[in-house]
Amino acid sequence: MSAFYTGVFKRDLTLAFRQKAELLQPLMFLVLVVSLFPIGVGPAPEILQVIGPGVIWVAAILSSLMGMERLFRDDFHDGSLEQLMLSGMNLNLVVAVKIFVHWLVSAVPLLILSPLLAMFLHMTFDMYIALLMTLLLGTPLISMVGAIAVGLTVGVNRGGVLLALLLIPVFIPLLIFATSAVDSAALQLPYLSQLAIIAAMLLLAVAFSPFAITYSLKVSQN
Amino acid sequence: MSGLSASQLTCIKRDRVLFKALSLQVSKGDLLYLRGPNGAGKTSLLRILTGLSLPEEGDVVFDGVSIFSSHSNYTEKLVYLGHKSALNPALSAVENLHFWAAQHRVSIKTANLYEVLDTLGLVGLEEVPVKFLSAGQQRRVALSRLWLKTAELWVLDEPFTALDVEGVSLLEKLFANHCAAGGMIITTSHQALSSMAGKYRTYDLEYNL
Repeated sequence: MSAFYTGVFKRDLTLAFRQKAELLQPLMFLVLVVSLFPIGVGPAPEILQVIGPGVIWVAAILSSLMGMERLFRDDFHDGSLEQLMLSGMNLNLVVAVKIFVHWLVSAVPLLILSPLLAMFLHMTFDMYIALLMTLLLGTPLISMVGAIAVGLTVGVNRGGVLLALLLIPVFIPLLIFATSAVDSAALQLPYLSQLAIIAAMLLLAVAFSPFAITYSLKVSQN
Repeated sequence: MSGLSASQLTCIKRDRVLFKALSLQVSKGDLLYLRGPNGAGKTSLLRILTGLSLPEEGDVVFDGVSIFSSHSNYTEKLVYLGHKSALNPALSAVENLHFWAAQHRVSIKTANLYEVLDTLGLVGLEEVPVKFLSAGQQRRVALSRLWLKTAELWVLDEPFTALDVEGVSLLEKLFANHCAAGGMIITTSHQALSSMAGKYRTYDLEYNL
């Protein structure tokens, strides 16, 4: 257990706080992009409420892509990943812990900032609760599915754009159900079914993504 | 059969056959010195011998169990140091080694860590982020893993790179001690090993077009 706790969890947390700029930049990007919309399309609440859920979710996906690479990039380039693979630890669990840390340092600050973003876009309280629920279920999904693509592109130089091209289409279903949930909340309609679908996607990712990521990392080593 | 034996290994990279039907055997107390020109496949061979890459054909067996099988405890008996140092530049030497030791289930006290770094001539640099160390000092930090983990087999890719004369002789003495104690070493190097490293066998890889 201490191998996972000290060797992976504590290590990645230490590194994340050592490289604060890499943590803060995607968050700043998110806040700035969302704040551009009230300026760009005007402060009328009716318009902002209509575009709000979509804007926040698109910005969240784009900003998560910016920080996604640091999940495995440094470990791959400095050789730490080789040492991890030769440590005898279960690589699926290692990957799961790494993703959890990544989610903690990238998505949790986003969740904390979300009331501010909702205020920028004149969301009602009901809409905000729906948004929070979709972010809570959707951000781990982004981290897990994103990690598969990071594993595949980690050996490619300047894989950042490739990563975005691979992942953006994959996140379309998530975007559809997440924004639809918030729209339903705006109309005082139940949105449990949309949340259930996102939760189902999340559970599927929890079950399968560690294996896919492990495999993709092994392929990258070859 | 104890020791490491590779049989009928074939490695193909980008349609080029690096080596074909390669077999080698390392027994207790052996130091195998792998030679060959750039691009001959030394690193590829070492990565196959550690299990990081899969050979196109052939098998590697350690103490009678294939290293590619799922119930092999090969990694417990192995230290591999590639030409990448596996040190995160933002972490200090002590942090890097502390986390590495945890991953490899090596229990060491921080005092021991300082002792090992002391042996390697890194006094006063233990808490400095690795990116501020010179190439040779970084190599010394990477090599300190040989002192930390007790493993039978060492697989080392160019361990002498960037080391000064003193560092080279320190490492060669360590090689001799390890082999005398029944350990096994497979290493590549472009500079010849001196007599301090003890007896060794050479294995030459040729460059095939």
